[in-house]
Amino acid sequence: MNVAVAALSAVQHRELYRLMALTRRVDQEAVALQRQGELTAFPPLTGQEAAQVGSAYALRPDDFVFPSYRELGVAIVRGVDLVEYLRAYRGDWNGGLYDIYAHNFGPIASSVGSHSLHAVGWAMGAALDGGGRAAIVYFGEGATSEGDVHEAMNFAGVFRAPVVFFVQNNQWAISVPVARQTAAPIHRKAEAYGFPGLRIDGNDVLEVQRVTAEALERARAGEGPTLIEALTYRVGAHSTADDPSRYRPAAEVEPWRAQDPLARLAAQLDDEAFTREVAAEVETQVAELRARLLAAPRADPEEMFEFVYAQPPAGLAAQREELRQWRS
Amino acid sequence: MAELTLVQALNRALRDALREDSRALVFGEDVGRLGGVFRVTDGLQEEFGEQRVFDTPLAESGIVGTAIGLALAGWRPVCEIQFDGFSYPALDQVITNLAKYRGRTRGRASMPVTIRIPSFGGIGGPEHHGESPETYYAHTAGLKVVAPSGAADGYALLRAAIADPDPVIFLEPKSRYWSKEEVAGSTGELGRARVSRQGSHATLIAWGAMAFRCLQAAEAAAEDGVELEVVDCRSLVPLDVETLAASVRKTGRAVVVHEAPLTAGFGAEISARLMETVFDDLKAPVQRVTGYDVPYPPAAVEDAYLPDLDRILTAVQKVLDHG
Repeated sequence: MNVAVAALSAVQHRELYRLMALTRRVDQEAVALQRQGELTAFPPLTGQEAAQVGSAYALRPDDFVFPSYRELGVAIVRGVDLVEYLRAYRGDWNGGLYDIYAHNFGPIASSVGSHSLHAVGWAMGAALDGGGRAAIVYFGEGATSEGDVHEAMNFAGVFRAPVVFFVQNNQWAISVPVARQTAAPIHRKAEAYGFPGLRIDGNDVLEVQRVTAEALERARAGEGPTLIEALTYRVGAHSTADDPSRYRPAAEVEPWRAQDPLARLAAQLDDEAFTREVAAEVETQVAELRARLLAAPRADPEEMFEFVYAQPPAGLAAQREELRQWRS
Repeated sequence: MAELTLVQALNRALRDALREDSRALVFGEDVGRLGGVFRVTDGLQEEFGEQRVFDTPLAESGIVGTAIGLALAGWRPVCEIQFDGFSYPALDQVITNLAKYRGRTRGRASMPVTIRIPSFGGIGGPEHHGESPETYYAHTAGLKVVAPSGAADGYALLRAAIADPDPVIFLEPKSRYWSKEEVAGSTGELGRARVSRQGSHATLIAWGAMAFRCLQAAEAAAEDGVELEVVDCRSLVPLDVETLAASVRKTGRAVVVHEAPLTAGFGAEISARLMETVFDDLKAPVQRVTGYDVPYPPAAVEDAYLPDLDRILTAVQKVLDHG
C-alpha cells in the first residue's frame, strides 16, 4: 500500500467507541423486538462491531456502500435512519425504506454475493466520471463461494475498478464452517484477480479503520481494487430463526468473547467514566428508536404495486384497482 | 432513412442513441473491436471510444450485474448477451436484482438497462444458439420484453427500449438479421402491437421471426381466398391486449404462433387473455402452433421443430372448420 492516511485522533477513538456501543445495543434491541413479535426476523452482528464500524468510518460521504443483510453497524456510521432500516426487518418494505442516495448506502441485499457485481459496476461508472470516489461491498466468507463474487473480483481486476471487497470472515455461514466454503485462505484469492488481498484482525477497530482507509484511498487514486479479509466471529445466531447449539459447541465461542471488540477498545481508552457515560447515552438512543419504530406506520397492501415500473402498464393499474376494491 | 437489414438498423439505433445520450454505454462479449459476432455493434467502438463501447470478460452474470451498478451511478447501459442459450447465467441477476431494484429502492434508483439478446432459431446454429427465452422474462415483474420482426421495428423499438426508464429485454430474431426493409428512423413506442396485414377470416398472432412467417402463411392462404389478419405483438410486456382483442373480435378466430415450446409458452397467456376478453366473439377455440416440448433440436432437424406454413395453415383450417 503506497498511500498515506492520517492517524485517528483521541476524539475519533472515542467516536468509534460510541458507534460500536450503539451498534451493539441496537443489535440487542432488534433481537428483543423480534422475540416480542415486532420484527419478522433479524440477523444479529454481535462480535463484528469493529469490522463494520471501523471500515465504514474510513469512508467519505461520496463513496458508495453496498451492504449485505447484516450491516447494521455500517448503516449506523453512514447515518441511515434506523427506523427506515429496521422496517425492512419489520416486513414493511424489502430493501429498507431509506433513500439510498441520501447516505450513499445501498439497499439491504439478501441474495448472497450478488450485490458484489453492483459495487463493481458502480465503481466502473464512478471511474468513467473521472474517479476520486470508491465503492465498498460487504459480504461474508460464505459469499466467496458464489460465482457472482468471482465474476465481481474478475471484472474489478480487469477494469481496475475503484472498489474494496470487505469480507467479514465470521467463521460460519449459518451452520457451515469456513473450511467447507474454501480450501484456500480468502485474502489470497485476490492474487488470482490481479490485486492486493489482506488479512486483518477484524476485532481491532483501529486496524480495520487504517487498512480500509488505505484501500479506499488507493481506489480513489485509480490504483484499483483491494480485498480485505477481516477475521472476526459471529458470536450470536445467523438470525433470530437459527439455533447455533445444533452445530457448534459453546466452548468455541468463549475465546472469541475474550477478543470482544468493544472491550478491546475500552481497554485502550482506559476511561471507565467515559464508557459508563456512553452506555447511558445509547440506552436513551435505543429507547427513542424503539418508540419511533413502533409508532411508524405499517405498510399498506396497495404499496406492492408502487415502483414496479416508472409508469405502471394498464394491466398492472387494473390489478391494483382490483385489490383496492377487495379492501374497500 | 433507407432500406437496411435488421443488423444495420440495430447498428444505426445504437449509434444514434450513443450520439444523442452521452450517458449511454454499449458493452458485452466481442462487441468492441470485433463489432459483435453478428456485427450489430460494428464501428461503434471506433466512433465512441473504448470507454463507452467496450468488451467485457466472458461472464454473462457479470455483464448484467455490472450494468445494474452502472445504472446506479447514472449511466444508461445497453448490454449484449451473445446468444439466447447463454442468457441463463445472467438470469439470476435479471430476476433477483435488475427487475426488483426500482422497488427495492422505493423508486429512487431507475434501471434504464437494455439487454440485447440475439434469439430464436432457424439459422442452423449449434446447441444453445436457437432458444426462445421470452417466457422466463415475461413472467418476471419489473421487466419489459420486446421482440421486433424486422428492420423498421428493430430500429424504432431499440431506440424506445434504450430511452425507457425500466429494464427492457430486447430479443432480436437472428433468422431475420439479414432481411432488408425500409427504415423510417424514428423512435417507436413500447407496448403497441401492429396489424401487419388486414384480413377477415382469422387472426394470426406472433412476434419475432414467426410474425414474418405468419405473413408468408397469410399470403399463401390468400391464394385460396382465405383472408388472414396478422398481428405482430412486438412487445410481450406490456402486452397490447386491446389490439389483439380488436382483431379477434373482428375475425372471431385466432391462431397464436411461437418458436418456444408449447407448455407454459407465451401463447398460453395470449390464449387466456383472448378467452377473458372476447369469449363471446370467438367462433372457435384459440389454436397454438409452437415448438414441441423438447430441448431445441440440432440444426439438421430444426426445420421440423419450428412452426412452418403447413402447420400454421392446418391450424387455420381447424379454426375455420370449427362449428
